[in-house]
Amino acid sequence: MIWVDTIVQGVLLGGLYALFAAGLSLVFGIMRLVNLAHGDLIVMGAYLILVLVTALGLGPFLAALVAAPVMFLIGWSLQKFVLNRTLGEDILPPLLVTFGLSIVLQNVLLEGFSADSQRISAGALETASLALGPVNVGVMPLMTFASAVLVIVALNQIFYRTAIGRAFRATSDDAVTASLMGIRPGRVFATATGIAMVVVTIAALYLGVRANFDPSIGPARLIYAFEAVIIGGLGSLWGTLAGGIIIGVAQTVGAAINPEWQILAGHVAFLVVLLLRPRGLFPRGSD
Amino acid sequence: MAYQVSTRTRASSVAAIVAVAVVALLIVAPAFASRGLIQDLFFILTMLVLAQFWNLLAGYGGLVSVGQQAFVGFGAYALFGAVILWGLDPVPAVLAAGVAALVLAFPTAFFAFRLAGAYFAIGTWVIAEVTRLSVAQWKAVGGGTGTSLPRSATRDMWFVDAIKALFDVKTSAARDILAYWLALALAVATIGGIYWLLRTKRGLALAAVRDNIEAARSVGVDAGRMKWVVFLVSAFGTGLAGGLIYMQKARISPDAAFSVVDWTAYVIFIVVIGGIGTIEGPILGVLVFFVLQSVLADYGSWYLMLLGLIGIGVMLFAPRGLWGLISERSGLQLFPVRRRLIGPGTQANTKGG
Repeated sequence: MIWVDTIVQGVLLGGLYALFAAGLSLVFGIMRLVNLAHGDLIVMGAYLILVLVTALGLGPFLAALVAAPVMFLIGWSLQKFVLNRTLGEDILPPLLVTFGLSIVLQNVLLEGFSADSQRISAGALETASLALGPVNVGVMPLMTFASAVLVIVALNQIFYRTAIGRAFRATSDDAVTASLMGIRPGRVFATATGIAMVVVTIAALYLGVRANFDPSIGPARLIYAFEAVIIGGLGSLWGTLAGGIIIGVAQTVGAAINPEWQILAGHVAFLVVLLLRPRGLFPRGSD
Repeated sequence: MAYQVSTRTRASSVAAIVAVAVVALLIVAPAFASRGLIQDLFFILTMLVLAQFWNLLAGYGGLVSVGQQAFVGFGAYALFGAVILWGLDPVPAVLAAGVAALVLAFPTAFFAFRLAGAYFAIGTWVIAEVTRLSVAQWKAVGGGTGTSLPRSATRDMWFVDAIKALFDVKTSAARDILAYWLALALAVATIGGIYWLLRTKRGLALAAVRDNIEAARSVGVDAGRMKWVVFLVSAFGTGLAGGLIYMQKARISPDAAFSVVDWTAYVIFIVVIGGIGTIEGPILGVLVFFVLQSVLADYGSWYLMLLGLIGIGVMLFAPRGLWGLISERSGLQLFPVRRRLIGPGTQANTKGG
């Protein structure tokens, strides 16, 4: 029975990783940009929510609602004024600029909030749990997983049902032809990064409520997100959820065997998938 | 006069003479320099080696690795393992560091090369993390908390007695001088070796792949093989540097030896600020980096913030770095690799090119 519990916890943890990964996947899918500062942006979002909670006395969910448009604007401006300049054939500029941004963000947060670990308080919700058949499940992990599913459904709806989604797909397929049809790729990219940052805010909320965070943990979140994306197969959001679940389960199973193996087990699962299915479990056509 | 193909320019001839003079001066430096200066020079030289190899990877091979700390750390741990477990002298153990990094490079490349373009970068980072976490389980060299080189090993190191007698210094200072000389030799061999590589047929292929991979393939360059060569060579050199750095420190821990900031972020900033894709760039970059660090190191996180901002600014507005700006204006090339035809009827381009 302990194994069932371990696996259920792992699946739910996978929801958190899928949330980390969805923003990364969205941006890569549309503009082939790998944002090395993605993890640090999640941590920045967590600090923003923390400030709103402590300064204005808002509940964490309301604070995230307030933070989301701010994060959208930050993402929009970042893409419009900085990252759009780096896009092109050469992969060096976007990688090096976002890597620089990652270092800058970590140190801005360190200067502003010190290295002490913080946590967003969610009151009684933090410890609440439900009995689901044979296992007890925390309400918070359950909400995380449900949010991940909702985010993926919403992103798919945006992609396939709306005008901006059509613009995303068109620009992703061929930016030059799309611009002939009256789409401005620069703007489309800025909107996409803005939406990705809204997803980042949701990820940040659960990151901050479920565990302690400090300015240095961004890169590790980037790595989990990246592993989920690669395991799932580039361009598939449901695949990303599956990837997150695989890493989550590997980590909880690893931790059950030896607590020191938790992180390592997640990485090893990623390498095994990379070995057996280099293009991921659910690859989308050819990219 | 017959036609001949040459890469030499007047500037490069002058540069060669200056380089020989600088190296000669650096060799005799321990005779008059303070211990602090020797340590600073050691730091500059080892960072220069790391920067040259990262530049070879990213600037020439198009392989943007964010996981070079894997080779620094693994090399350093191999040195500690060889000294502590096998009783090897630390000096030859530096070579073991390079070999260990080379061995690690095979599985690393095998996995990372499955990831295209930008994802390669994070892939190398994952493997560096896996290596760090695995090494932290290695109890014989201190596990997660790390360990020190045994006193018996550091006291009786090769050459230390001779250096003590030569300069009349204490053991610890003699160890620093030894490490410094080894770093100098490694830096000269690295720059000389990379320059030699770029001037061979392989180097021509590498430059072709860098400039246009499709065109290079169409004239028969095996781009995949070039990637392997560059990756393995860089891993070996990075491992040697890692071994040397920790031979001098004589104390190691997984978090320090596999630090992404110390062994990859700094190195990337050095190369980007100096000028990526040139041999001159990292040399200029490491000097700028050292000056910035001496002036700003007391400001801690502000320093890193500024370094990051400078890196971003350079990448956005002067992607070829400081050396790119200089050579654009002056046409100067200290390590020219372009072949030019010289003979009757052709005009020697003395500005280089």
